[in-house]
Amino acid sequence: MNQPFIIGSVHTTTGDIPKISSDLRWPDHWGSIKARWGVGRMHYTVDPGLYALGAPGDRSPVLVTANYKMSFDRLREALPERNAWILVLDTNGINVWCAAGKGTFGTDELVRRIEFSQLNRVVSHTELILPQLAGPGVAAHKVKKRSGFKAIYGPIRAADLPAFLDAGLKATPGMRRKTFPVRERAVLIPIELVSVLKWSLVILPSFFLLGGLGAPSGFWHGAMNDGLFAVLNLLGALVAGAVLTPILLPWIPGRAFSQKGLVMGLITTLFITLFGAFNLNIRQDYMNILAWFFLAPALSAYLAMNFTGASTYTSLSGVKKEMRWAVPLEIVGGVAGLTLWVGSRFVS
Amino acid sequence: MEKMIYLKNVVTLQLNEKNCSGCGICMVVCPHAVFSMNNGRVRIANRDACMECGACAMNCPTDALTVQAGVGCAAAVINTALGRDGACCCVVETPGDSENIRGKICC
Repeated sequence: MNQPFIIGSVHTTTGDIPKISSDLRWPDHWGSIKARWGVGRMHYTVDPGLYALGAPGDRSPVLVTANYKMSFDRLREALPERNAWILVLDTNGINVWCAAGKGTFGTDELVRRIEFSQLNRVVSHTELILPQLAGPGVAAHKVKKRSGFKAIYGPIRAADLPAFLDAGLKATPGMRRKTFPVRERAVLIPIELVSVLKWSLVILPSFFLLGGLGAPSGFWHGAMNDGLFAVLNLLGALVAGAVLTPILLPWIPGRAFSQKGLVMGLITTLFITLFGAFNLNIRQDYMNILAWFFLAPALSAYLAMNFTGASTYTSLSGVKKEMRWAVPLEIVGGVAGLTLWVGSRFVS
Repeated sequence: MEKMIYLKNVVTLQLNEKNCSGCGICMVVCPHAVFSMNNGRVRIANRDACMECGACAMNCPTDALTVQAGVGCAAAVINTALGRDGACCCVVETPGDSENIRGKICC
């Protein structure tokens, strides 16, 4: 595998171990950007195994991570001028937390990787530092029993590692809390948009053209007004559910994500209706306008509901409870809106 | 930093205090500070903050904690209900199975 971040090797009793740099270069940054947009995201991997960061010796700490390239990069960039061993587990290119949830970043893989890499011959101590978010997959007490290595949970964020190491492997309470600040929410937006792109490419032109069908004022006039109004409303729903809801998440009323999406959808629909009323020659019948007050919020509620998977604090029980009322409501809203809109084409 | 709490009174987390040895590993692995220590015994201090990730139960050496662990992801629930595998977060692509990678992305 092409691994340009390897800058040499470190000789140990078990052979040469690839040496890596803590400096990220432009291909690393570009790789992160592409992964955020879903490009090659499922093949963005690092070969599992042991790596040497800096010039580690037999007493240097061992840090464990996943073989998702972005996880690996966050770890090494956090440790400039440090010497450490980095043990990369095979998580099928999935990040630490998700892989732990699936069990691929788990006790079995960790124990196997310790044996494969002959870690006991590389270091003279028996401590491993795991990311805290490996917890759902790794049972520290079982690792100790099976491998002899003591798994110590480090901070959640790699950026806190220097402070954790300097404090004698002690984490502050803040290092142990998973927050979800606006910056972290914003970087997840592209992947949400990419996931609906394929549908948008079909649905948006369809509504645009359907807006022109049977328009008394002629096809193009209909498309450029009612069709465009439909497209704007659909884009508004997309922005409300997949952009505004993630960004404004803690400040939108309600706890259920669908409710937050619904609120944002109603607001954007209101603005787009006002815009349409003053700037477009849309049909002034109630059905055409009311249709979007059903369809767009239903859509944005659905999109916002899907953001539960990206969030860092939603429980499966909670999501199931939310979905029991949200999914039927989204379907009813969508069908009602569509019926009104199609109906309005026949009423003139 | 604003505190984020999802739905109330839904979480399946259970603590069997009789089994708790007070080692505190649950407090280490919990990403939402659900637990607190009281006279050498752990208690659930903030149940609604629990996201059911399962880290505490996985690491509890005396099986004092149970939780129906899972990923709180609507797309995964839908995919499971529709019988699609892969699902959501942490989709693992198998060669020749491009359908799986398309899945909704969490995390």
